[in-house]
Amino acid sequence: MSADTICIVGVAESDEIGDLPNCSGLELQTQAARNALADAGLTKHDVDGVVAHTGGRMAALNFSEYFGLVPKWLEETFVGGASNVSHMDTAAAAIRSGICETVLVAYGTTPRQGEYVTLTPEYADDFERPFGPCFPVGAYALVAQRHMHQYGTTRAQFAKLVVESRRWAALNPKAIRRKPITIEEVLAAPPVVEPIHRLDSCLVTDAGGAYVMTTLERARKLKKKPVAFLGAGHAYTHRSIAQKEDITTSGAAISAPRALERAGLTLDDIDVFEIYDAFTSQLLIMLEDVGLCKKGEGGAFVERTDFGPGGDIPLNTSGGGLSYLHPGAFGMFLVIEAVRQLRGECGDRQVRGARHALVHGNGGVYFSEVTAILGAAA
Amino acid sequence: MSQPPKELRTLYKSELAAGVYQPTRSPEAKPFWDGCREHRLMLPQCTACKRFHFYPRAFCPYCDSRDIAWVQSAGTGSIYSFAVVRQKIEPAFAHLLPYAIAIVDVNEGVRMLSRIDGSPDGVACGKAVCVTFEELSPTLTLPLFRLS
Repeated sequence: MSADTICIVGVAESDEIGDLPNCSGLELQTQAARNALADAGLTKHDVDGVVAHTGGRMAALNFSEYFGLVPKWLEETFVGGASNVSHMDTAAAAIRSGICETVLVAYGTTPRQGEYVTLTPEYADDFERPFGPCFPVGAYALVAQRHMHQYGTTRAQFAKLVVESRRWAALNPKAIRRKPITIEEVLAAPPVVEPIHRLDSCLVTDAGGAYVMTTLERARKLKKKPVAFLGAGHAYTHRSIAQKEDITTSGAAISAPRALERAGLTLDDIDVFEIYDAFTSQLLIMLEDVGLCKKGEGGAFVERTDFGPGGDIPLNTSGGGLSYLHPGAFGMFLVIEAVRQLRGECGDRQVRGARHALVHGNGGVYFSEVTAILGAAA
Repeated sequence: MSQPPKELRTLYKSELAAGVYQPTRSPEAKPFWDGCREHRLMLPQCTACKRFHFYPRAFCPYCDSRDIAWVQSAGTGSIYSFAVVRQKIEPAFAHLLPYAIAIVDVNEGVRMLSRIDGSPDGVACGKAVCVTFEELSPTLTLPLFRLS
């Protein structure tokens, strides 16, 4: 941590998460924003930069007006579920350059109420959507099938990741699916797009989340221990799934080494892994690509590794998108959990002595992969 | 051709109603859509570097040449991957359940996302397929693939 390190100083979810028919996405964003600012010991009057990417075009402007902010800097890059992970890098760059000092990143959507994130019109969609691909789940099913074919990975190996996720969720009072589950129960769930079945898929919940970033100098005067943003790596490999040459390898194989290099760390330095889990198969492939095991060996690796509380590799300690919550995009909540772990605030699910966390966001049909490394205050 | 085929718009209607999807324009691909109507799989090939590409652009994405010729594909290939849709997700396709979508490696060297014509039983990675055409209307035909 050096003098120009940019820190995360506040994190929070919306007041409620789950099935919220009386809340708009914008309202959930403001709840989370207010809570994250309070967590930092700040008010909205301290904010001079805003990042928000949901709620249509000019999303950050919509949110700023709704919440009552007149920021100096806005950012709303939308790269699917990885967006809020990538925003740490842009916010840090804006702060470091002097454009602004304190950035509020807010997210909120209500997919349970039928609110979808509007897809931008895409030229390439004319060559995919008429065939009924059922994206995004259809794309991840194509990926899972090819991985099974090429490497012999089994559905039971994917399913074990749900079992592990529930072990963490049982320790998280906010998690939605907290009941222990067996591999057999996961396998018996009805198929959605084979080889993906119902319980291989993440939750669909309404929720908001937010985090606040500022300079180390300012962070040291605030309420909570700052968490340092140590670096990120990005990979944007394609837009349409059929355009990816090898669909069994994601851009995480590029983004994770870059992030570690920027942070000056190796995988051995990482104490907690928060890796996007929209689907079990996608998570298994990311474990390979992040570098925890060799390409193609993810199935056997998952079988022999304890990812649960007190286990070999603490993975998705909130319960993840599979068991904690998943409102359209989970990137925000990966960041929130990593910060809480590095502050030592996680109670029963706290990973002892956690110093460094790896956060990996995955977006769209596998197209955007962003890894970030966070560190506890010295 | 400044508008997508009318039937594409119809196909997207349920999504349009939900505000989820806006049909896009692909006028550079007119020979592709015209070919499908004639039951010919037409692919763009770069005259300079000889590589085929897909989806169609007015230039070669590999060497950036704008000298593109349209060539009829033999319509054969193999399944790179597939997935079987078992639940109603997109209402416009519910009547087809269960059906397999597939990424097909077409032998000219391009990859296409498509649907398998017929039962998903017996579909597997690596299996040989050939093109078949589904006439949605007099003006829109889609290239599907069936097991060879």
